[in-house]
Amino acid sequence: MSRDVHFCDSTLRDGSHPKRHQFTIDDVRRVAGALDRAGVPWIEVSHGDGLGGSSFNYGFSLVDEYELMAAALEEMSQAQLAVLLLPGIGTKDELKKAWDTGARLVRVATHCTEADISPQHLTLARELGYVTVGFLMMAHMNTPEGLVEQARIMSDAGAQVVYCTDSAGAMTPSQVAARVSALRAALPPDVAIGFHAHHNLSLGVANSLVAIEHGATWIDGSTCGLGAGAGNTPTEIFVAVCDKVGIKTGMDALALMDAAEDVVRPIMDHVPLVNRDALLLGYAGVYSSFLLHADRAAKRFGVSSKDVLLEAGRRQAVGGQEDLLIDIASELADADRV
Amino acid sequence: MTKIPCAVLGPGNIGTDLMAKLQRSDALELTAMVGIDPESPGLARAREAGLDASAEGIDWIVAHRDQCQIVFDATSAGAHKASAPKLQAAGIQCLDLTPAKMGPGVVPVVNLHQHLDATEVNLITCAGQATIPMVYAVTQVTPVAYAEIVATVASKSAGPGTRQSIDEFTRTTAKGLAELGGAGKGKAIIVLNPAEPPIIMRNTVYCALPADVDEAAVAASIEKYAAEVQSYVPGYRLRAEPVFDAPSTEGGWGRVAVFVEVASAGDFLPEYAGNLDIMTAAAVRVAEELARAKEVAR
Repeated sequence: MSRDVHFCDSTLRDGSHPKRHQFTIDDVRRVAGALDRAGVPWIEVSHGDGLGGSSFNYGFSLVDEYELMAAALEEMSQAQLAVLLLPGIGTKDELKKAWDTGARLVRVATHCTEADISPQHLTLARELGYVTVGFLMMAHMNTPEGLVEQARIMSDAGAQVVYCTDSAGAMTPSQVAARVSALRAALPPDVAIGFHAHHNLSLGVANSLVAIEHGATWIDGSTCGLGAGAGNTPTEIFVAVCDKVGIKTGMDALALMDAAEDVVRPIMDHVPLVNRDALLLGYAGVYSSFLLHADRAAKRFGVSSKDVLLEAGRRQAVGGQEDLLIDIASELADADRV
Repeated sequence: MTKIPCAVLGPGNIGTDLMAKLQRSDALELTAMVGIDPESPGLARAREAGLDASAEGIDWIVAHRDQCQIVFDATSAGAHKASAPKLQAAGIQCLDLTPAKMGPGVVPVVNLHQHLDATEVNLITCAGQATIPMVYAVTQVTPVAYAEIVATVASKSAGPGTRQSIDEFTRTTAKGLAELGGAGKGKAIIVLNPAEPPIIMRNTVYCALPADVDEAAVAASIEKYAAEVQSYVPGYRLRAEPVFDAPSTEGGWGRVAVFVEVASAGDFLPEYAGNLDIMTAAAVRVAEELARAKEVAR
């Protein structure tokens, strides 16, 4: 099929955050089946924090992620399975197990300045036969030049695609343009550029279009926007807009609208929206998955989730530091008592 | 008592920090710093401090075994694998600070006396040194089916060795939580944070608890073992009271979360590099025990 952009729907991975990692086999079957029928080429399934993410720190999965992957695969006829791996959380063992389960694309994710913890995993992924993707998270925290340097580490290690990942949903269109075009200009032509958005500033779709204009050919989204923070680029909206502007995605906009309305919305605990806390993530540049953890920690200690998130931003917290939120909330509570 | 002569192999930042700590020891006499690069600033610093400083590597140590009865290996996993048989053949005991992990792992407050006659012992990982004592503290009071730690270190203090073997780092730490900490199962997560100024090493230790746990006893045990670690790692401190949560749907476990910060003592390493300081401090603490055992054996 001829496409202008490759698309990865992350409802069953990034959407695991707002679901507090409580997806059931039935949820996964229905979503994967609907996305497959709508022509989505890549469907990502794993714990929200990637392979091996089930933990006290990020939340335990209700159902083992490999069982969820296997269930999704049974519903997929044309789509292929993608997974996420954060070195430091998941290991090469999980990478092999996911391959054996049937995953065929892996995003190896690091903070945007720490790409040198990914080469072992990228190299193994290529050897196994995965479509191998480097995922530079919190990309707003590095300059375009800095990001290029990190992307080179990933492409040298075997990444076929390198993503500019706006994990905090904090990037403005001009920042996206600067980073994506710098990556496109610097990386070899056979390495593709991707963009992953969060909708915290309501810019998910707009920023994805800007990324495409500047050379990105891989885009992520989540159906109904079911992802961390205010969610990701909503898949059905992105595809509808692509149809209107003549970007070929190979996906069926109407079928995706049905999938969003009839399949995903009914399983959502809440509809991701740009409320105060979600907006703060984008405004202060805070990792989107912190949203519910900050809320929980704030309630536990009787402090404001807004203050917890702002303090996490001030401390330049990076993805994975969910434990810091408990620490911050407890400190804020102590400060209140004094 | 007579001090046991020892040497440091690997004159980098870790080796230089060891030098500072060893010069204060009443059980060990640091006699030499050994590397492979004659231009190494670490060897120059050792020379200034009045030590023998050699760039002839492991062979110098073997040739001077009388003044190197205990050797701290602060090189790399690859170099250690090559040196280990030579040290063993020469009857030199080795504290392995590299990720090679060939000997048994030791955490001073847990199993200090268990491997006094081992050819070599390793120090697990920095995260292991920081968190295993807390898991051990909890398992002294109640069974812990599962322990999980999150170690966050400043990017600047994570060297290429850790970065290139991050899986081994998490795996070794997780294994230590179970084997030495006493948890049924362990999981370790490591996060690198590039913030400027660099952050001080933070560790969060989660232990699963049964519903009927005596929280006060757990808290007291945590305080006690934190103080014990503090006796050889002055920058080790609990950031807050342990946080207890009642059993939830998550595996039916209650849990305690312990927040530990490790600042460097500032011997040579910067304050934020508590992750490195706790390794050198633990190595010296263990070596002093090996030295006392040698002294007794004489």
